[in-house]
Amino acid sequence: MRYDMQLPWWAWLLMGTALVLFILMVVISVRRNHGVKRSLFASPYTLWMLLFTIVPVILIGYYAFTGTDGTFTLDNFRNFWDSNFDMKKLVGEEYASTIPRGTVNVDTLTYSLWMAFLCTALSLLLGYPAALFMADRNMKLGSSLVVLFIIPMWMNFLLRTIAWMSLLEDNGLINSLLRSIGLEGVQLMYNSGAVLLGMVYNFLPFMVFPIYTSLSKQDINLSEAAADLGCSPMQALMKVTIPLSLPGVISGITMVFMPSVTTFFIPRVLGGGNTMMFGDLIESKFLTEGNWNVGSALSLIMMVLILISLSILRKADPNGEGGGIV
Amino acid sequence: MNSGSKLTRFFKRFYLALILIFLYIPIIVLIIQSFNAGKSRAKWEGFSLHWYGELFRSASIMNSLEVTLLVAVLAMIVSTVLGTLAAIGIYSMKKRPQSLMMTLTNLPNTMPDIVTGISLMLLFIFTRVDRGFWTMLLAHITFDTPYVILSVMPKLKQMNKHTYEAALDLGATPSYALWHVLIPECKQGIITGAMLAFTLSLDDFTISYFTTSPLVQNLSTLIYSAARRGIEPTLNALSALMFVALLALLLVVNKRTSEN
Repeated sequence: MRYDMQLPWWAWLLMGTALVLFILMVVISVRRNHGVKRSLFASPYTLWMLLFTIVPVILIGYYAFTGTDGTFTLDNFRNFWDSNFDMKKLVGEEYASTIPRGTVNVDTLTYSLWMAFLCTALSLLLGYPAALFMADRNMKLGSSLVVLFIIPMWMNFLLRTIAWMSLLEDNGLINSLLRSIGLEGVQLMYNSGAVLLGMVYNFLPFMVFPIYTSLSKQDINLSEAAADLGCSPMQALMKVTIPLSLPGVISGITMVFMPSVTTFFIPRVLGGGNTMMFGDLIESKFLTEGNWNVGSALSLIMMVLILISLSILRKADPNGEGGGIV
Repeated sequence: MNSGSKLTRFFKRFYLALILIFLYIPIIVLIIQSFNAGKSRAKWEGFSLHWYGELFRSASIMNSLEVTLLVAVLAMIVSTVLGTLAAIGIYSMKKRPQSLMMTLTNLPNTMPDIVTGISLMLLFIFTRVDRGFWTMLLAHITFDTPYVILSVMPKLKQMNKHTYEAALDLGATPSYALWHVLIPECKQGIITGAMLAFTLSLDDFTISYFTTSPLVQNLSTLIYSAARRGIEPTLNALSALMFVALLALLLVVNKRTSEN
């Protein structure tokens, strides 16, 4: 039952034709001895990406700019700006002015951006020294520590986040500890602080890895030369080591900021219902309200925001030297 | 970087230890809880293996484990083949189409998971395909393949590009040269890509959540739906087991590479 493939007939036809064409192409290109078009090897992937990346994105665009009746409209974006827009349309122009602008959507977006900014800043603050000490050649730590940073990521991230609950709860470990030494318990869960903690916890490794990579690739002679020329260790750090590691920092910022804006599991678990973030909002538009049009408009806004911030960051690191995780 | 006196050395180690404690605390708590006899998260009611026994009797967990592993393995195989072929193809393209294809490959990385998941969900609803195991597999292949390409591509670029031509000049057929020159040259990249694909797919929540039905769940979506009711300690037991298994795998791989 579970593995039944319920595809419409034309999907089977499409897939079958594509497969046959590809096998034919490979056979022909391998048979011919010279001038084999190896660039054709990329065609199945191109087709795949067209079908499962480009078309879906176009669909989001389509839903964002159409109403429930399928005609072109900008109402979904007006709805983002003013969440009471539908109600105002319902009561007519006469009473519309008596209803204030609903700011839920815009507020959620600014809250998400603010939280993502805080999370990125905290990760950088905590992560940079960690990467710096790891890359310190005199400490002889390096690669074994990198593994230690990777291992926690193997445990399912949802479970790791839920595990924080048992630490932070009213009857959790931290509060029991506080009470056992005679202090008052503190409300640690269901606020922005708990969400921020969960986010930093989950995304910190993404900040540490790229910075560590760019620091450990650095020529050690550079900082030694700075010392020979009279720099104090602090000056060498500020004027040589840190500026040269900027590509890593940029790539770390990208890798932390993006998932933090869009996370919807962490605020739901650690924030209770009190801390709605933009990811939550989009998810609930689609799955709770079933309002795909507004949901698509919100997704589109988020994509555009992320593309803008990425292009700003890319300006700071034009060669993309920061690289990925490894 | 001068490590300076013993004091700064101690400080650096201390700082790193603190960060690591921060990263490991929830995992340690989780593993301890899996041995707790009681169901409560906060109270310790004695050591027991009860939840480990319970784990293998739970049909929903065993089912979702099967789905998770099956999706991860299948997605790894398909995306490795698709991605390796694509990398070889893109590598031999002319400059313009090459950069276009690389932009296309980088696009999913710049898209937030939630948008990828939702856009695929819209595609499946739009084409009236019922969401379930196969749609989840399609989605996983879609987000895995670019990572395979991005790990194979650098290996191809590092390769001496005359090696392949030399093989042809010495009488190798193109297919022979493909199997005996190109593929071995980027073997390391292919393996890295495959492992990356496997782990990404094993750990994915957001995209799976939007592309499957509640009837077919992988571990992440199962945990998500359980989180509202309060997590069963059986899930802690399962993740402790998986954690230890992955750790053992790492040690074996490490030992083998150091022997080589």
